[in-house]
Amino acid sequence: MAIMTASGVTRTAPPAPVKARGKAARRWKDNLTGHAFLIGAVLCFALFMWFPMIRGIVMSFQRTRRGETTWVGWDNYTRIVADPSFWIAWKNTFLFTILALVLGYALPFFVAILLNEFRHAKGYLRVLVYLPVMLPPASALFLFKYYAYDPSEAGLFNAILKALHLPTSEWMQSPTMTIPAMVIASTWMNMGSAVLIYLASLQNIPGELYEAAELDGAGVWRRIWNVTIPQTRLILALLAMLQIVATMQLFIEPLILANGAGTQDSATSVAYLIYQHGFFQNDLNGAAALGVIMLVVLAAFSAVYVRLTTKQD
Amino acid sequence: MTRTLISQAQLRRGRSRFLYWSLLGVVVAGFTLVFLGPLYWMVTGALKSGQEIAQTPPTLWPHDPQLQNYADAWNNLDLAKLMFNTFYYAAGAVFFQLVFDTAAAYALSKLRPVFGNVILGLMLATLMIPAMVLIVPQYVTAIDLPIVHVNLLDSPWAIWLPLVANAFNIFLLKRFFDSIPEDLIAAAQVDGASPLRTLWSIILPMSRPILGVVSIFAVTAVWKDFLWPKLVMPSPETRTLSVGIYAFSGGTPQNVVIAASVIAAIPTVIIFLLFQRNIMSGLTTGSLKG
Repeated sequence: MAIMTASGVTRTAPPAPVKARGKAARRWKDNLTGHAFLIGAVLCFALFMWFPMIRGIVMSFQRTRRGETTWVGWDNYTRIVADPSFWIAWKNTFLFTILALVLGYALPFFVAILLNEFRHAKGYLRVLVYLPVMLPPASALFLFKYYAYDPSEAGLFNAILKALHLPTSEWMQSPTMTIPAMVIASTWMNMGSAVLIYLASLQNIPGELYEAAELDGAGVWRRIWNVTIPQTRLILALLAMLQIVATMQLFIEPLILANGAGTQDSATSVAYLIYQHGFFQNDLNGAAALGVIMLVVLAAFSAVYVRLTTKQD
Repeated sequence: MTRTLISQAQLRRGRSRFLYWSLLGVVVAGFTLVFLGPLYWMVTGALKSGQEIAQTPPTLWPHDPQLQNYADAWNNLDLAKLMFNTFYYAAGAVFFQLVFDTAAAYALSKLRPVFGNVILGLMLATLMIPAMVLIVPQYVTAIDLPIVHVNLLDSPWAIWLPLVANAFNIFLLKRFFDSIPEDLIAAAQVDGASPLRTLWSIILPMSRPILGVVSIFAVTAVWKDFLWPKLVMPSPETRTLSVGIYAFSGGTPQNVVIAASVIAAIPTVIIFLLFQRNIMSGLTTGSLKG
């Protein structure tokens, strides 16, 4: 294919005596041109993606003290795992991920199905749902922290709960409410993109399928179960995976909403622990080991995901 | 209009019609409350005085609007400087992404050099690696670049270069370039156009929509990012808006922090309202074809 892209350079080159050799030279030059176009992006990938990937793994087996780096084997891992906050962080992260899947994954699908049925105000509703996605997360989280999750009755959520005669909550001050509160804030901020992706895939479902299902006497719920869900299966599976990867990296919510660890460590996440080790405890190697553990856990999830999605086909 | 879950004929019938309109009314009202309500609360809350914000039950609109909160946020947090920094990083991010990512996508789509597919595969593989996993080694790399041994802390390059390594953009651009007919490129070559000239005069003018999408995503990515700029821009002079507001939040009255958050959100909201069509089409094509 490279022969098709003769460059200006090749045109001015003197004709080679042997045809085959000329062809080879031309191909070589074409490849050079192609790689010249690639070099900027490739360098950035090498520096900030590929190299750090390897380096993170290497760092996790080393220890740097006073500028001296030594090989310590699994020491960083055993040290990290022995720390009780490691298990608390994983417990919190998993709980957040599961709750965020229930809310942040099912809700957008339901909203998309609903919006897809409307013939009016569609544009307005779509803009509304996506609007929070465009806010800087720090801005949105300060809104939640100061105004919505204010533990006194002056807080927005408590005022609403009180008006409905429901018990008020201490929100971020209560260890049991910390994670649900973070899930609510994060779902509000992020669900817009999932809704739009679902909407687009819903619009690709052939109308005849619903037609046929209706003729067979299928009600609305049966049509959703037997037509909508199977037809959007791949997108549903893909977004589930993306959602797990995204929520496992829970960081800015604990940092801003819970000032880091939260009441009784109720907000500590694995990502927050990486940040703590790396940038406060001067333990870059421990942080790297945590990063590798997170990668392994997510890789395991991906493996399960690939297994499940390929089995169905 | 294609047929969806519920047929149009059914919706026109008496009871369904009533149900449709009432459901639409509920959803429109509900969505406005849920998604616009908090923003209203944010903008007006920042106008309230300290006492008014602590009042129970909360007031729906500020009784004695304190524009001073916004003025304080602007002056005390030096938002002009923070906003300039963020804008500068965003502009650079757009520039470098457009230059390097379009060049790379063009090479992968049309020039197809040897190992092109391997490189593309390695790039796409990075989509599977969560950002938090790489944060520490990336930081270590940024403070001491391999071979050249340059420290990128407080330098805009620390934001610009990692953003070029964006597999999603390259994939999006490559898919778009793939759809440009090969005949056009061949015709340009017959006319003696170099690859660069072909890219500039044929590919880029045809790719305006996708270039717009990539640019908007680059701006919002910089505007929304938090941890990376917090790490690589430690000085108060080089901070971004989000990081600056966070850094000040400890010793600043809540209303002023919220006022600053409102100001920080204005640019992206304006961008969104102006370019919502492009953003939404980019979001859906990118994810669906992927």
